[in-house]
Amino acid sequence: MKAAAFAYAKPSSLAEVFDLLEQCSGEARILAGGQSLLAALNMRLAAPAMLIDINGLAELDGIAVNGETVRIGALTRHRSLERSAEIARHLPLIRLAMPHVAHAAIRNRGTFGGSIAYADPAAELPACSVALDAMFRIAGRRGERSVPARQFFKGLYETDLQPGEVLLGADFRALRPGYRAAFLELTRRHGDYAVAGVAAHARFENGRFADASLAFFGIGARPVLAARARAALEDSPYAPETVAAVQSAVGADLEACACGDLYHAATTKLHLARVLAGRAVHALTGA
Amino acid sequence: MAAAQDSFDIILTVNGVPVSRRVEARQHLTDFLREELGLTGSHLGCEHGACGACTVRVNGEIVRGCLMLALQADGACVETIEGLSESGAIADLQRAFHERNALQCGFCTPGMLVAAAELLERRPGATREEIRTHMAGNYCRCTGYQSIVDAVEAACRERARQRA
Repeated sequence: MKAAAFAYAKPSSLAEVFDLLEQCSGEARILAGGQSLLAALNMRLAAPAMLIDINGLAELDGIAVNGETVRIGALTRHRSLERSAEIARHLPLIRLAMPHVAHAAIRNRGTFGGSIAYADPAAELPACSVALDAMFRIAGRRGERSVPARQFFKGLYETDLQPGEVLLGADFRALRPGYRAAFLELTRRHGDYAVAGVAAHARFENGRFADASLAFFGIGARPVLAARARAALEDSPYAPETVAAVQSAVGADLEACACGDLYHAATTKLHLARVLAGRAVHALTGA
Repeated sequence: MAAAQDSFDIILTVNGVPVSRRVEARQHLTDFLREELGLTGSHLGCEHGACGACTVRVNGEIVRGCLMLALQADGACVETIEGLSESGAIADLQRAFHERNALQCGFCTPGMLVAAAELLERRPGATREEIRTHMAGNYCRCTGYQSIVDAVEAACRERARQRA
């Protein structure tokens, strides 16, 4: 299908973006990479009066490492994250996730900020951000604010972004010694949205796990941090009993929020989450 | 800042030829190439980014033509299957598709070729698994993928041999 008619503007400053957002009072959508938005427009699932193209805001593009903080700008393309030596070194979880984000032609245009703001429940970067406890930077007419990723995703395609606000990017803590990452997802075709997936991050030293974060996606309406699984891993060795305990904990963590989709029942997703949890625990040992 | 409008004048280069047109904001790049320029080699399958039949190059990178507005190509250098064919840039890949029976109806073939060309240029040493992963964004509904992967692999090996 073809998109319904809309007006288009390409502002060159954030102030202009805020002006346009105010003028359109809820009828405008921000266009970053457009890899989800333009598909929604083509299918007429969305028909905004105006697209505000933020691709002219060069200050929102790029990866910067400052001490222990890695800042990713909202306009940073998936392909830039995939190819970045800094991301591979400091945020290996994101490096591991990138090949799973759609396909090469889509990663060339899709952006970090677009993925976060769109908040697809099966998307990879929201889950990585939750696992890594990232801090999102948001700007509005009255200034900037920061929101932890763990409080940003509210529901199905629903985030903490308020009308008139723009996501600027995210700050991540660079990988600390002893920490490891694992990223696993199950899809029908490589690059499709996940049936179920997990972004995991933990310390594994002297044969024991600590400070583990497992964020599951594709299971519920938003990325879910598995709290009981974290507890089951704390100070535990890599052993069959640990894997079984984590898998059982994951079932309890996700049971309330798991929802089926067109092809997979909630029980299927819960089963797949437990399978992935077992694999993730193994992957976190680095073996 | 240019005020919000429903249509825009754009200037871009398509297959090496400068082009200027007035386009509606809602028109995506593939419709522009097909309807305005008569370059019908870029196909529209799903029109929401899943099938890959509309794959073209913009500033050297492959993109989905259906997920980019024509006006976003203002100032860009666009290459379509027509340009890549005429220049001979992918003649070896096209020959490999022919020899390996990597097409039947041919609807997906332009997108397959444009996508595979990127791999051929960047990583001719790609393994079969890497070829499958790279080509996963392009659907074929008749040949199946075995012969397509065979053709891309053959072309990769030949390019790698020439580079060595």
